[in-house]
Amino acid sequence: MDVTLKVWRQDGPEAPGRFETYEATDISDHMSFLEMCDIVNEKLVERGIEPFSIDSDCREGICGMCGIMINGHPHGDQLGTATCQLHMRKFSDGDEIVLEPWKATGFPVIRDLVVDRSSFDRIIEAGGYITVPTGSAPDANMVPVPKAVADVAFDAAACIGCGACVAACPNSAAQLFTSAKLAQLNMVPQGQPERYDRVVAMVDTMEEFFGSCTNHGECEAACPKSITIDFIAMMNKDYIKAKFKNRRLLGQKA
Amino acid sequence: MTATGTPTKKGQRPFLVEFYSSAVGKKWVMAVTGIIILGYVFVHMFGNLKIYLGADDLGVYAIDHYGEWLRELGEPLLPKTAFLWIFRAVMTVSIVLHIHAAYALTIINRKARPQKYQAPREYLVANYASRTMRWSGVIILAFVLFHLADLTIGSANPDFITGEIRHNMLASFTQPAVAIFYIVANILVGVHIFHGAWSLFQSMGWNNPRFNPWRKWFAAVFAGVVIIGNVSFPLSIWAGWVG
Ligand code: SF4
Ligand code: FES
Repeated sequence: MDVTLKVWRQDGPEAPGRFETYEATDISDHMSFLEMCDIVNEKLVERGIEPFSIDSDCREGICGMCGIMINGHPHGDQLGTATCQLHMRKFSDGDEIVLEPWKATGFPVIRDLVVDRSSFDRIIEAGGYITVPTGSAPDANMVPVPKAVADVAFDAAACIGCGACVAACPNSAAQLFTSAKLAQLNMVPQGQPERYDRVVAMVDTMEEFFGSCTNHGECEAACPKSITIDFIAMMNKDYIKAKFKNRRLLGQKA
Repeated sequence: MTATGTPTKKGQRPFLVEFYSSAVGKKWVMAVTGIIILGYVFVHMFGNLKIYLGADDLGVYAIDHYGEWLRELGEPLLPKTAFLWIFRAVMTVSIVLHIHAAYALTIINRKARPQKYQAPREYLVANYASRTMRWSGVIILAFVLFHLADLTIGSANPDFITGEIRHNMLASFTQPAVAIFYIVANILVGVHIFHGAWSLFQSMGWNNPRFNPWRKWFAAVFAGVVIIGNVSFPLSIWAGWVG
Protein backbone atom coordinates (compact mmCIF):
# COMPACT_ATOMS: atom_id res chain seq x y z
CA MET A 1 0.00 0.00 0.00
CA ASP A 2 0.98 3.61 -0.46
CA VAL A 3 0.25 6.37 2.02
CA THR A 4 1.15 10.04 2.27
CA LEU A 5 2.67 11.37 5.49
CA LYS A 6 2.27 14.95 6.57
CA VAL A 7 4.95 15.30 9.20
CA TRP A 8 5.50 18.16 11.62
CA ARG A 9 9.11 19.33 11.30
CA GLN A 10 10.60 21.63 13.88
CA ASP A 11 14.34 22.21 14.19
CA GLY A 12 14.39 22.99 17.89
CA PRO A 13 12.31 24.07 20.88
CA GLU A 14 12.14 27.69 19.79
CA ALA A 15 12.08 27.16 16.03
CA PRO A 16 8.80 27.64 14.19
CA GLY A 17 7.36 24.38 12.95
CA ARG A 18 6.06 23.42 9.52
CA PHE A 19 4.53 20.41 7.80
CA GLU A 20 6.45 18.44 5.19
CA THR A 21 4.81 15.86 2.97
CA TYR A 22 6.49 12.51 2.28
CA GLU A 23 5.29 9.56 0.26
CA ALA A 24 5.48 6.13 1.86
CA THR A 25 5.38 3.62 -0.98
CA ASP A 26 5.29 -0.18 -1.03
CA ILE A 27 4.28 -0.52 2.58
CA SER A 28 3.20 -3.97 3.74
CA ASP A 29 0.06 -4.19 5.93
CA HIS A 30 2.00 -6.27 8.42
CA MET A 31 4.41 -3.46 9.20
CA SER A 32 4.10 -1.60 12.41
CA PHE A 33 3.59 2.11 12.21
CA LEU A 34 7.14 2.74 13.40
CA GLU A 35 8.64 0.37 10.82
CA MET A 36 6.82 2.35 8.16
CA CYS A 37 8.36 5.56 9.56
CA ASP A 38 11.81 3.90 9.52
CA ILE A 39 11.40 3.03 5.85
CA VAL A 40 10.32 6.54 4.95
CA ASN A 41 13.30 7.92 6.88
CA GLU A 42 15.74 5.57 5.18
CA LYS A 43 14.51 6.80 1.81
CA LEU A 44 14.94 10.38 2.99
CA VAL A 45 18.54 9.63 3.97
CA GLU A 46 19.17 8.13 0.53
CA ARG A 47 17.90 11.33 -1.03
CA GLY A 48 20.14 13.40 1.24
CA ILE A 49 17.24 14.79 3.29
CA GLU A 50 17.47 14.95 7.08
CA PRO A 51 15.14 12.20 8.42
CA PHE A 52 12.39 13.26 10.80
CA SER A 53 12.96 12.51 14.46
CA ILE A 54 10.55 10.16 16.20
CA ASP A 55 11.08 8.57 19.60
CA SER A 56 10.79 4.87 20.35
CA ASP A 57 12.48 2.34 22.53
CA CYS A 58 10.80 -0.93 23.50
CA ARG A 59 8.45 -1.14 20.51
CA GLU A 60 6.17 -3.38 22.53
CA GLY A 61 4.03 -0.88 24.39
CA ILE A 62 5.82 -0.76 27.72
CA CYS A 63 8.24 2.16 27.70
CA GLY A 64 6.07 5.10 26.74
CA MET A 65 8.58 6.71 24.37
CA CYS A 66 6.67 6.54 21.11
CA GLY A 67 3.80 8.93 21.72
CA ILE A 68 2.81 11.10 18.77
CA MET A 69 -0.43 12.50 17.46
CA ILE A 70 -1.65 10.47 14.47
CA ASN A 71 -4.50 12.14 12.60
CA GLY A 72 -5.50 14.05 15.73
CA HIS A 73 -5.50 10.98 17.97
CA PRO A 74 -2.74 10.29 20.51
CA HIS A 75 -1.09 7.00 19.48
CA GLY A 76 -3.60 6.77 16.61
CA ASP A 77 -7.27 6.01 16.98
CA GLN A 78 -6.90 2.38 18.03
CA LEU A 79 -7.99 2.12 21.66
CA GLY A 80 -5.63 0.97 24.39
CA THR A 81 -2.42 0.76 22.37
CA ALA A 82 0.76 2.80 21.92
CA THR A 83 2.02 4.01 18.54
CA CYS A 84 4.43 1.07 18.36
CA GLN A 85 1.49 -1.34 18.65
CA LEU A 86 -0.35 0.18 15.72
CA HIS A 87 -0.13 -1.64 12.42
CA MET A 88 -0.39 -0.42 8.88
CA ARG A 89 -3.35 -2.71 8.23
CA LYS A 90 -5.39 -0.16 10.17
CA PHE A 91 -4.87 2.27 7.29
CA SER A 92 -5.97 2.06 3.69
CA ASP A 93 -4.10 2.58 0.48
CA GLY A 94 -3.94 6.26 -0.45
CA ASP A 95 -4.55 7.59 3.09
CA GLU A 96 -3.04 10.84 4.19
CA ILE A 97 -1.67 10.52 7.72
CA VAL A 98 -0.87 13.62 9.76
CA LEU A 99 1.89 13.24 12.37
CA GLU A 100 2.32 15.83 15.09
CA PRO A 101 4.20 15.95 18.37
CA TRP A 102 2.38 16.31 21.72
CA LYS A 103 1.55 19.97 22.16
CA ALA A 104 1.73 21.22 25.71
CA THR A 105 3.74 23.80 27.57
CA GLY A 106 4.90 21.02 29.90
CA PHE A 107 6.27 19.05 26.91
CA PRO A 108 8.51 21.32 24.85
CA VAL A 109 9.37 19.97 21.41
CA ILE A 110 13.00 18.86 21.18
CA ARG A 111 12.91 18.17 17.49
CA ASP A 112 10.19 17.22 14.98
CA LEU A 113 7.97 14.65 16.71
CA VAL A 114 10.09 14.28 19.84
CA VAL A 115 9.09 16.10 23.00
CA ASP A 116 10.80 16.52 26.35
CA ARG A 117 8.73 14.76 29.01
CA SER A 118 11.04 15.47 31.93
CA SER A 119 8.24 17.40 33.62
CA PHE A 120 6.82 13.93 34.40
CA ASP A 121 10.12 13.07 36.10
CA ARG A 122 9.74 16.20 38.26
CA ILE A 123 6.31 14.96 39.37
CA ILE A 124 7.73 11.55 40.27
CA GLU A 125 10.65 13.13 42.11
CA ALA A 126 8.19 15.11 44.21
CA GLY A 127 6.74 11.98 45.80
CA GLY A 128 6.31 9.06 43.43
CA TYR A 129 8.29 6.68 45.64
CA ILE A 130 8.27 5.38 49.18
CA THR A 131 10.99 6.37 51.62
CA VAL A 132 12.18 3.07 52.98
CA PRO A 133 15.21 2.46 55.14
CA THR A 134 17.87 1.02 52.89
CA GLY A 135 19.11 -2.46 53.60
CA SER A 136 18.37 -5.82 52.14
CA ALA A 137 15.14 -6.21 50.23
CA PRO A 138 12.23 -7.34 52.42
CA ASP A 139 10.90 -10.82 51.88
CA ALA A 140 8.13 -11.12 49.36
CA ASN A 141 4.67 -11.29 50.95
CA MET A 142 5.96 -9.86 54.23
CA VAL A 143 3.22 -7.24 53.94
CA PRO A 144 -0.02 -8.94 52.99
CA VAL A 145 -2.11 -7.07 50.43
CA PRO A 146 -5.61 -8.28 49.52
CA LYS A 147 -5.79 -9.49 45.94
CA ALA A 148 -8.51 -7.02 44.97
CA VAL A 149 -6.41 -4.11 46.24
CA ALA A 150 -3.28 -5.38 44.54
CA ASP A 151 -5.21 -5.64 41.27
CA VAL A 152 -6.37 -2.03 41.35
CA ALA A 153 -2.91 -0.81 42.34
CA PHE A 154 -1.54 -2.82 39.46
CA ASP A 155 -4.00 -1.25 37.03
CA ALA A 156 -2.64 2.13 38.09
CA ALA A 157 0.93 0.91 37.85
CA ALA A 158 0.35 0.02 34.20
CA CYS A 159 0.91 3.70 33.32
CA ILE A 160 3.95 3.95 31.05
CA GLY A 161 4.34 7.72 31.35
CA CYS A 162 3.81 8.30 27.65
CA GLY A 163 2.00 11.62 28.01
CA ALA A 164 -0.94 10.76 25.75
CA CYS A 165 -3.29 11.87 28.51
CA VAL A 166 -1.79 15.36 28.43
CA ALA A 167 -1.77 15.38 24.64
CA ALA A 168 -5.42 14.37 24.44
CA CYS A 169 -6.62 16.80 27.08
CA PRO A 170 -7.95 20.09 25.70
CA ASN A 171 -6.38 21.71 28.79
CA SER A 172 -3.06 19.84 28.66
CA ALA A 173 -3.76 18.54 32.15
CA ALA A 174 -1.64 15.71 33.56
CA GLN A 175 -4.22 14.47 36.04
CA LEU A 176 -4.44 10.94 34.67
CA PHE A 177 -0.69 10.36 34.82
CA THR A 178 -0.28 11.92 38.25
CA SER A 179 -3.28 10.15 39.73
CA ALA A 180 -2.08 6.79 38.40
CA LYS A 181 1.36 7.33 39.87
CA LEU A 182 -0.24 8.29 43.18
CA ALA A 183 -2.70 5.41 43.24
CA GLN A 184 -0.10 2.71 42.62
CA LEU A 185 1.44 3.67 45.97
CA ASN A 186 -1.54 5.04 47.87
CA MET A 187 -3.63 1.91 47.36
CA VAL A 188 -1.20 -0.39 49.16
CA PRO A 189 0.01 -0.52 52.77
CA GLN A 190 3.57 0.47 51.89
CA GLY A 191 2.35 3.79 50.56
CA GLN A 192 0.24 4.77 53.58
CA PRO A 193 2.65 6.61 55.90
CA GLU A 194 3.37 9.28 53.27
CA ARG A 195 0.03 9.20 51.50
CA TYR A 196 -1.20 12.76 52.04
CA ASP A 197 2.23 14.32 51.95
CA ARG A 198 2.76 12.61 48.62
CA VAL A 199 -0.50 13.76 47.07
CA VAL A 200 0.15 17.40 47.95
CA ALA A 201 3.74 17.31 46.71
CA MET A 202 2.92 15.61 43.43
CA VAL A 203 -0.19 17.65 42.66
CA ASP A 204 1.59 20.92 43.40
CA THR A 205 4.47 19.93 41.11
CA MET A 206 2.04 18.83 38.41
CA GLU A 207 0.37 22.22 38.52
CA GLU A 208 3.67 23.97 37.84
CA PHE A 209 3.74 22.43 34.38
CA PHE A 210 0.27 21.48 33.28
CA GLY A 211 -3.28 22.72 32.89
CA SER A 212 -6.23 21.83 35.05
CA CYS A 213 -8.74 19.03 34.66
CA THR A 214 -12.23 19.91 33.45
CA ASN A 215 -13.46 16.31 33.48
CA HIS A 216 -13.80 15.83 29.74
CA GLY A 217 -12.55 12.25 30.01
CA GLU A 218 -10.45 12.44 26.83
CA CYS A 219 -7.35 11.18 28.67
CA GLU A 220 -8.99 7.89 29.58
CA ALA A 221 -10.01 7.33 25.96
CA ALA A 222 -6.49 8.13 24.71
CA CYS A 223 -4.49 6.19 27.29
CA PRO A 224 -2.67 3.20 25.77
CA LYS A 225 -3.04 1.45 29.12
CA SER A 226 -6.73 2.37 29.57
CA ILE A 227 -6.07 3.94 32.98
CA THR A 228 -9.41 5.00 34.46
CA ILE A 229 -10.35 8.51 35.53
CA ASP A 230 -11.54 6.94 38.80
CA PHE A 231 -7.97 7.51 39.92
CA ILE A 232 -8.40 11.24 39.28
CA ALA A 233 -11.35 11.30 41.66
CA MET A 234 -9.26 9.44 44.21
CA MET A 235 -6.46 11.97 43.83
CA ASN A 236 -8.85 14.90 44.24
CA LYS A 237 -10.34 13.35 47.34
CA ASP A 238 -6.94 12.69 48.89
CA TYR A 239 -5.73 16.20 48.07
CA ILE A 240 -8.76 17.74 49.75
CA LYS A 241 -8.35 15.42 52.72
CA ALA A 242 -4.70 16.30 52.97
CA LYS A 243 -5.69 19.94 53.24
CA PHE A 244 -8.68 19.69 55.59
CA LYS A 245 -7.96 16.81 57.95
CA ASN A 246 -5.60 16.86 60.86
CA ARG A 247 -2.87 14.85 59.26
CA ARG A 248 -1.08 14.09 62.48
CA LEU A 249 -4.18 12.39 63.81
CA LEU A 250 -4.55 10.48 60.55
CA GLY A 251 -1.19 8.96 61.37
CA GLN A 252 0.37 10.88 58.50
CA LYS A 253 3.47 12.89 57.95
CA ALA A 254 2.19 16.44 58.38
CA MET B 1 8.69 20.76 67.44
CA THR B 2 7.02 20.05 70.77
CA ALA B 3 4.69 17.28 71.72
CA THR B 4 1.79 19.69 72.00
CA GLY B 5 1.87 21.06 68.51
CA THR B 6 3.75 22.60 65.67
CA PRO B 7 4.49 26.32 65.87
CA THR B 8 2.64 28.21 63.16
CA LYS B 9 5.10 29.10 60.47
CA LYS B 10 5.47 32.82 60.01
CA GLY B 11 4.70 34.29 56.65
CA GLN B 12 2.53 31.37 55.61
CA ARG B 13 -0.62 32.33 53.76
CA PRO B 14 -3.92 31.68 55.50
CA PHE B 15 -5.11 28.14 54.98
CA LEU B 16 -8.04 28.92 52.68
CA VAL B 17 -5.95 31.16 50.44
CA GLU B 18 -3.34 28.46 50.27
CA PHE B 19 -5.94 25.85 49.34
CA TYR B 20 -7.60 28.06 46.74
CA SER B 21 -4.26 28.84 45.11
CA SER B 22 -4.07 25.29 43.79
CA ALA B 23 -6.02 24.29 40.70
CA VAL B 24 -7.44 21.21 42.43
CA GLY B 25 -8.58 23.53 45.24
CA LYS B 26 -10.24 25.82 42.70
CA LYS B 27 -12.06 22.89 41.16
CA TRP B 28 -13.27 21.91 44.63
CA VAL B 29 -14.55 25.45 45.14
CA MET B 30 -16.26 25.26 41.74
CA ALA B 31 -17.92 22.00 42.75
CA VAL B 32 -19.09 23.25 46.14
CA THR B 33 -20.42 26.54 44.78
CA GLY B 34 -21.90 24.57 41.88
CA ILE B 35 -23.84 22.41 44.33
CA ILE B 36 -25.17 25.53 46.09
CA ILE B 37 -26.20 27.08 42.77
CA LEU B 38 -27.76 23.81 41.59
CA GLY B 39 -29.83 23.65 44.75
CA TYR B 40 -31.00 27.18 44.18
CA VAL B 41 -31.80 26.62 40.50
CA PHE B 42 -33.94 23.64 41.39
CA VAL B 43 -35.84 25.32 44.24
CA HIS B 44 -36.35 28.44 42.12
CA MET B 45 -37.86 26.41 39.32
CA PHE B 46 -39.96 24.32 41.69
CA GLY B 47 -41.28 27.37 43.57
CA ASN B 48 -42.30 29.06 40.35
CA LEU B 49 -44.43 26.09 39.36
CA LYS B 50 -46.97 27.73 41.69
CA ILE B 51 -47.85 29.95 38.76
CA TYR B 52 -50.00 27.01 37.66
CA LEU B 53 -51.98 26.95 40.91
CA GLY B 54 -53.98 30.08 40.09
CA ALA B 55 -55.66 32.18 42.80
CA ASP B 56 -57.37 31.31 46.09
CA ASP B 57 -60.87 32.38 47.16
CA LEU B 58 -59.66 35.84 48.14
CA GLY B 59 -58.12 36.36 44.71
CA VAL B 60 -54.51 36.05 45.93
CA TYR B 61 -52.37 34.17 43.43
CA ALA B 62 -50.50 31.18 44.88
CA ILE B 63 -47.20 32.39 43.46
CA ASP B 64 -47.63 35.86 44.96
CA HIS B 65 -48.44 34.26 48.30
CA TYR B 66 -45.30 32.16 47.98
CA GLY B 67 -43.25 35.29 47.19
CA GLU B 68 -44.54 36.92 50.36
CA TRP B 69 -43.64 33.80 52.33
CA LEU B 70 -40.07 34.07 51.03
CA ARG B 71 -39.85 37.61 52.34
CA GLU B 72 -41.22 36.55 55.72
CA LEU B 73 -39.10 33.42 55.98
CA GLY B 74 -37.17 33.30 59.25
CA GLU B 75 -39.63 35.51 61.12
CA PRO B 76 -39.98 36.04 64.04
CA LEU B 77 -36.37 35.02 64.76
CA LEU B 78 -35.11 37.30 62.00
CA PRO B 79 -36.61 40.58 60.86
CA LYS B 80 -38.62 40.53 57.64
CA THR B 81 -36.55 39.91 54.47
CA ALA B 82 -33.42 39.26 56.59
CA PHE B 83 -33.31 35.62 55.59
CA LEU B 84 -33.83 36.60 51.99
CA TRP B 85 -30.87 38.95 52.09
CA ILE B 86 -28.60 36.45 53.82
CA PHE B 87 -29.60 33.99 51.16
CA ARG B 88 -28.88 36.48 48.39
CA ALA B 89 -25.47 37.19 49.92
CA VAL B 90 -24.63 33.47 49.95
CA MET B 91 -25.72 33.17 46.33
CA THR B 92 -23.68 36.20 45.29
CA VAL B 93 -20.55 34.92 47.01
CA SER B 94 -21.03 31.47 45.44
CA ILE B 95 -21.51 32.90 41.97
CA VAL B 96 -18.53 35.23 42.28
CA LEU B 97 -16.28 32.40 43.49
CA HIS B 98 -17.57 30.06 40.79
CA ILE B 99 -16.78 32.60 38.10
CA HIS B 100 -13.44 33.61 39.56
CA ALA B 101 -12.29 30.01 39.77
CA ALA B 102 -13.48 29.33 36.22
CA TYR B 103 -11.68 32.42 34.96
CA ALA B 104 -8.43 31.61 36.75
CA LEU B 105 -8.50 27.99 35.55
CA THR B 106 -9.19 29.09 31.98
CA ILE B 107 -6.07 31.26 32.06
CA ILE B 108 -4.00 28.36 33.38
CA ASN B 109 -5.39 26.06 30.72
CA ARG B 110 -4.77 28.48 27.86
CA LYS B 111 -1.14 28.78 28.98
CA ALA B 112 -0.80 25.02 29.12
CA ARG B 113 -1.65 24.60 25.42
CA PRO B 114 -0.44 27.72 23.62
CA GLN B 115 -0.24 26.07 20.21
CA LYS B 116 -3.18 24.07 18.91
CA TYR B 117 -2.94 20.87 16.93
CA GLN B 118 -3.03 21.46 13.21
CA ALA B 119 -4.84 18.28 12.28
CA PRO B 120 -8.52 18.37 13.16
CA ARG B 121 -8.85 17.03 16.65
CA GLU B 122 -11.51 14.37 16.87
CA TYR B 123 -12.80 14.14 20.41
CA LEU B 124 -13.81 10.71 21.59
CA VAL B 125 -15.76 11.42 24.75
CA ALA B 126 -15.68 15.17 25.41
CA ASN B 127 -19.14 16.40 24.46
CA TYR B 128 -20.69 19.63 23.31
CA ALA B 129 -21.63 20.56 26.87
CA SER B 130 -18.19 20.00 28.35
CA ARG B 131 -16.43 21.95 25.62
CA THR B 132 -18.76 24.95 25.78
CA MET B 133 -18.88 25.46 29.56
CA ARG B 134 -17.08 28.79 29.25
CA TRP B 135 -19.47 30.08 26.61
CA SER B 136 -22.61 28.80 28.24
CA GLY B 137 -21.36 30.23 31.53
CA VAL B 138 -20.83 33.72 30.14
CA ILE B 139 -24.23 33.77 28.41
CA ILE B 140 -25.93 32.50 31.56
CA LEU B 141 -24.28 35.28 33.58
CA ALA B 142 -25.58 37.90 31.14
CA PHE B 143 -29.01 36.30 31.36
CA VAL B 144 -28.99 36.25 35.18
CA LEU B 145 -28.18 39.97 35.29
CA PHE B 146 -31.01 40.72 32.87
CA HIS B 147 -33.34 38.38 34.74
CA LEU B 148 -32.67 40.23 38.02
CA ALA B 149 -33.33 43.59 36.35
CA ASP B 150 -36.47 42.17 34.75
CA LEU B 151 -38.18 40.26 37.54
CA THR B 152 -36.46 41.11 40.84
CA ILE B 153 -35.58 44.80 40.57
CA GLY B 154 -38.04 45.52 37.80
CA SER B 155 -36.02 48.14 35.93
CA ALA B 156 -36.03 46.12 32.70
CA ASN B 157 -39.69 45.15 33.01
CA PRO B 158 -42.26 47.19 31.06
CA ASP B 159 -44.86 47.07 33.87
CA PHE B 160 -43.31 46.03 37.16
CA ILE B 161 -45.36 45.91 40.36
CA THR B 162 -43.44 44.90 43.47
CA GLY B 163 -44.75 41.67 44.96
CA GLU B 164 -47.06 40.79 42.07
CA ILE B 165 -44.97 37.99 40.66
CA ARG B 166 -47.59 36.58 38.33
CA HIS B 167 -48.34 39.98 36.86
CA ASN B 168 -44.63 40.70 36.33
CA MET B 169 -44.02 37.36 34.66
CA LEU B 170 -46.90 37.99 32.27
CA ALA B 171 -45.65 41.50 31.52
CA SER B 172 -42.18 40.13 30.80
CA PHE B 173 -42.94 36.98 28.82
CA THR B 174 -45.53 38.50 26.55
CA GLN B 175 -42.64 40.32 24.87
CA PRO B 176 -41.40 37.78 22.28
CA ALA B 177 -37.73 38.90 22.39
CA VAL B 178 -37.57 38.51 26.16
CA ALA B 179 -39.28 35.14 26.08
CA ILE B 180 -36.92 33.86 23.39
CA PHE B 181 -33.85 35.06 25.29
CA TYR B 182 -35.27 33.41 28.40
CA ILE B 183 -35.84 30.11 26.59
CA VAL B 184 -32.40 30.06 24.94
CA ALA B 185 -30.68 30.95 28.22
CA ASN B 186 -32.52 28.22 30.10
CA ILE B 187 -31.57 25.62 27.53
CA LEU B 188 -27.97 26.75 28.04
CA VAL B 189 -28.45 26.44 31.80
CA GLY B 190 -29.44 22.84 31.16
CA VAL B 191 -26.43 22.26 28.90
CA HIS B 192 -24.15 23.76 31.56
CA ILE B 193 -25.72 21.53 34.23
CA PHE B 194 -25.42 18.47 31.98
CA HIS B 195 -21.64 18.68 32.30
CA GLY B 196 -21.36 20.48 35.63
CA ALA B 197 -23.59 18.21 37.67
CA TRP B 198 -21.55 15.23 36.51
CA SER B 199 -18.18 16.91 36.74
CA LEU B 200 -18.68 17.95 40.35
CA PHE B 201 -18.64 14.32 41.47
CA GLN B 202 -15.14 13.90 40.06
CA SER B 203 -13.90 17.21 41.46
CA MET B 204 -15.18 16.31 44.92
CA GLY B 205 -13.72 12.84 44.58
CA TRP B 206 -17.14 11.19 44.87
CA ASN B 207 -16.41 8.09 42.92
CA ASN B 208 -17.72 4.64 43.65
CA PRO B 209 -18.35 1.80 41.22
CA ARG B 210 -21.73 1.30 42.95
CA PHE B 211 -23.04 4.64 41.79
CA ASN B 212 -20.66 5.76 39.04
CA PRO B 213 -23.07 4.95 36.18
CA TRP B 214 -25.73 7.05 37.92
CA ARG B 215 -23.66 10.21 38.02
CA LYS B 216 -24.23 11.01 34.35
CA TRP B 217 -27.89 10.08 34.64
CA PHE B 218 -28.28 12.35 37.61
CA ALA B 219 -26.81 15.24 35.60
CA ALA B 220 -28.93 14.50 32.54
CA VAL B 221 -32.16 14.21 34.52
CA PHE B 222 -31.38 17.32 36.58
CA ALA B 223 -30.67 19.28 33.39
CA GLY B 224 -33.82 17.97 31.75
CA VAL B 225 -36.06 18.81 34.70
CA VAL B 226 -34.67 22.33 34.97
CA ILE B 227 -35.07 22.98 31.24
CA ILE B 228 -38.61 21.58 31.09
CA GLY B 229 -39.74 23.41 34.23
CA ASN B 230 -38.29 26.78 33.34
CA VAL B 231 -39.10 26.76 29.64
CA SER B 232 -42.68 25.79 30.42
CA PHE B 233 -43.35 29.23 31.94
CA PRO B 234 -43.10 31.43 28.83
CA LEU B 235 -44.61 28.69 26.66
CA SER B 236 -47.65 28.32 28.93
CA ILE B 237 -48.09 32.06 29.09
CA TRP B 238 -48.06 32.19 25.29
CA ALA B 239 -50.49 29.32 25.09
CA GLY B 240 -52.78 31.18 27.49
CA TRP B 241 -52.67 28.40 30.10
CA VAL B 242 -51.75 30.77 32.91
CA GLY B 243 -55.09 32.18 34.05
S1 SF4 C 1 -1.95 7.67 32.21
FE1 SF4 C 1 -2.00 6.57 30.25
S2 SF4 C 1 -1.82 8.21 28.71
FE2 SF4 C 1 -1.14 9.10 30.67
S3 SF4 C 1 1.07 8.81 30.73
FE3 SF4 C 1 0.17 7.03 31.76
S4 SF4 C 1 -0.04 5.47 30.14
FE4 SF4 C 1 0.29 7.45 29.09
S1 FES D 1 8.20 2.27 21.87
FE1 FES D 1 7.91 1.70 23.97
S2 FES D 1 5.79 2.05 24.23
FE2 FES D 1 6.03 2.37 22.10
